Amino acid sequence: MPNNNNKIYDKNKIVIGIVIFLIISLFPIWYNHFKNVPAPDPLLTEKAKIAKECVLPKVLMKTEHMQLLNSWRDSVVRDGKRLYTNSQGKVFDMSLSNGCLDCHSNKKDFCDRCHNYASVRPYCFDCHIDNPKEKK
Amino acid sequence: MNVHYMFSLIVVIGLVLLAYVGVEVLGLKAIFGVVLPYAAFLTFLIGVAYKVIDWAKSPVPFRITTTGGQQKSLPWIKSAKIDNPDCSVGVVVRMLTEILFFRSLFRNTKAELKEGNKFSYEWEKWLWIFAILFHWSFAVVLVRHFRLFTEPVPYLLQLLENLDGFFQIGIPVVFLSGLLLLAGVTYLFLRRIFIPQIKYISLAADYFPLFLIFGIAFTGILMRYFTKTDIVAVKQLTMGLVTLHPTVPATIGFIFYVHLFLVCVLLAYFPFSKLMHLGGIFLSPTRNLPGNTRAVRHINPWNYPVKVHTYDEYEEEFREKMIEAGLPVEKEE
Ligand code: HEC
Ligand code: HEC
Ligand code: HEC
Ligand code: HEM
Repeated sequence: MPNNNNKIYDKNKIVIGIVIFLIISLFPIWYNHFKNVPAPDPLLTEKAKIAKECVLPKVLMKTEHMQLLNSWRDSVVRDGKRLYTNSQGKVFDMSLSNGCLDCHSNKKDFCDRCHNYASVRPYCFDCHIDNPKEKK
Repeated sequence: MNVHYMFSLIVVIGLVLLAYVGVEVLGLKAIFGVVLPYAAFLTFLIGVAYKVIDWAKSPVPFRITTTGGQQKSLPWIKSAKIDNPDCSVGVVVRMLTEILFFRSLFRNTKAELKEGNKFSYEWEKWLWIFAILFHWSFAVVLVRHFRLFTEPVPYLLQLLENLDGFFQIGIPVVFLSGLLLLAGVTYLFLRRIFIPQIKYISLAADYFPLFLIFGIAFTGILMRYFTKTDIVAVKQLTMGLVTLHPTVPATIGFIFYVHLFLVCVLLAYFPFSKLMHLGGIFLSPTRNLPGNTRAVRHINPWNYPVKVHTYDEYEEEFREKMIEAGLPVEKEE
C-alpha cells in the first residue's frame, strides 16, 4: 500500500513496543551501571609459590583444568591408576582434594574467585569436601 | 545440488574464513572483538525500530483477522473467545499462545492425494515440534549467555544454568539447550532439502539464516566442550563491551572470534531479513485485532473526503419542484 501521508497508526502502542524492545535489548548496559569489574586474580598459597609450576603450563590449566580433572577421575575410579606424570617428569597424586587442593588449599580465594566470575558451580564439592580434607 | 543452498553455504564458510584470516593472520582482534560487535548491535537496534515504524505506517482499514471459530454475534450463538476474540483480553491471550506456543502452527495439516486420487488432510506435527524446540532452546542459550554480560550474575540466570545442566553429564557439564538448538536447526534445514514442495519454494534467504545459526551453535559447542577457550578473558572482553570500556585480552582463541563474528552477521542481517518475524508476529493484523466487524464500524482511514449530498438535503433543495411535478416526498412542508 503506497503511503502518502507518513502517518504512524496506533502510535502509542508502537512507541511502547519499541521502548520495551530497547529496554530488554539494552539490559546488560543498564544492569552493570557502566562499572567494569576487574578480572578475578586467583591467589596462590605459599606452598604453590614454592612449587612454582602447576600440573600443566598455566595457559593450559586456565582453559583445560576441568578436563584434566575429568581424566584424573576416570583414571582413578576406572583403572585404579593414581599417579600422573607430566611432561617435565614430575609426579602428581591424581586427586582433587589431595592433589589440586593440596597446593591450592585456599579454594575460596582460588577456584571460587574464577568460578563466581564465570558463573560455574562445580558439583564436585558436594562429595569432595575440601575442608577438612578427606582421609586417604 | 541446488544453487540456493550452495550459495548460502559458501557465504557462511566464507564468513568463517574471513574471521579466521582477520584474527589469526592479520591480527585484527580489536576490529572483530569491539568495532564489529558495536556496529552490528547498533544496526540491529536501529534496524528493528525503523522496520517496525515503517510497518506502522501502513493503514489497516478493516479487520482481517484469521479466525478459528465463531465470531461474537447474537447472545445465544456460542462464540470462540480465544480463536475469534471480540475484546482485548481475548486478543492478548491469543497473541500469547501464538508467540509462546505457536498455536496456529499447531493446526498445521498436510494435504495429499492418497490411493490414487483420494484427497486427504492429515495432521502434521513435526514442524511444530521442531519449531518449538528450536525457538525455545535458542532463547535459553541466549539468556544463559548473559552470564558473560552481567556481574554479579543474576540469581535467576544461575537457576536456569543449573536446570539446563540438570543431568550433570561430563565436564564441563553438558547444557541440553545447546544440543537441542543444533538438533532443531538441523531438522529445519533437512525439511527444506527432503520435502520436494518445500525445496521448490526455498531460496537462499531461507537457507542462509539456518546455516548461520548452525555455524554459531556449532562453534559455540566446539568452544565449550572441545577446543577450550579462556572464559575469564572472554568475560573481560564482553564486560568491557557492555560497560563501554572495551578491552581486548590477548589470550582468546580464534574460535571465539569466529563465533562472535557469525553472531555479528546475524544481528546486522536480522532487521533486513525474514528473521524480522520476531517483530512481525506482534504486528500481524491477522492475529492482533479483535474480530468485531459485526459490532463496530471500521472506517477506511485513507478514504478520500468525498463531498456527499444526502437525500434529505436533496429533498430540502427540490421539495417544491418535486411537489409540483407530483413526485412523492417524505416531508410535506
Ligand atoms: C604442585 C602444586 C600444584 C598442584 C598439585 C596443582 N597446582 Fe594449579 N597451580 C600451581 C601453581 C604454582 C600455579 C601458578 C602457575 C603459574 O603462575 O605459572 C597454578 C596455577 C593454576 C591455575 C591457573 C591460575 C591462574 O592464575 O590463571 C589453575 C586453573 C590451576 N592451577 C588449577 C589446578 C587444578 C585444577 C589442579 C588439580 C588438577 C592443580 N591446579 C594442581 C600449583 C599447583
Ligand atoms: C557423588 C559423589 C561425588 C561427586 C559429585 C564427585 N565425586 Fe569424585 N569421587 C567420588 C568418589 C567416591 C571417588 C573415589 C575416591 C577414591 O577411590 O579415592 C572419587 C574420586 C575422584 C577422583 C580421584 C580420587 C581423588 O582422591 O580425588 C577425582 C580426581 C575426582 N573424583 C574428581 C571429581 C570431580 C572433578 C568432580 C566434579 C565434576 C567429582 N569428582 C564429583 C565421589 C564423587
Ligand atoms: C583462572 C580461573 C580459574 C581457576 C583458578 C579455577 N577455575 Fe575451574 N573453571 C574456570 C572456568 C572459566 C570454568 C568454566 C569453563 C567453561 O564454561 O567452559 C571452570 C570450570 C571448572 C569445572 C567444570 C564445572 C562445570 O560444571 O562445568 C571444574 C570441575 C573446575 N573448574 C574445577 C576447578 C578447581 C577444583 C579449581 C581450583 C583448584 C579451579 N577450577 C580453579 C576457571 C577457573
Ligand atoms: C545468537 C546468539 C548466540 C547463540 C545462538 C550462541 C550459541 C552458543 C552455543 C550453542 C554455545 C555452546 C554452549 C552452550 O550451550 O551455551 C555457545 C558457547 C559460547 N558462546 Fe555463544 N552464542 C551466541 C552469542 C554469543 C555472543 C554474543 C558471545 C560473546 C560475545 C558468545 C560467546 C560464547 C562463548 C565464550 C561460549 C563458550 C562458553 C563456555 O565455554 O562455557 N556467544 N554459544
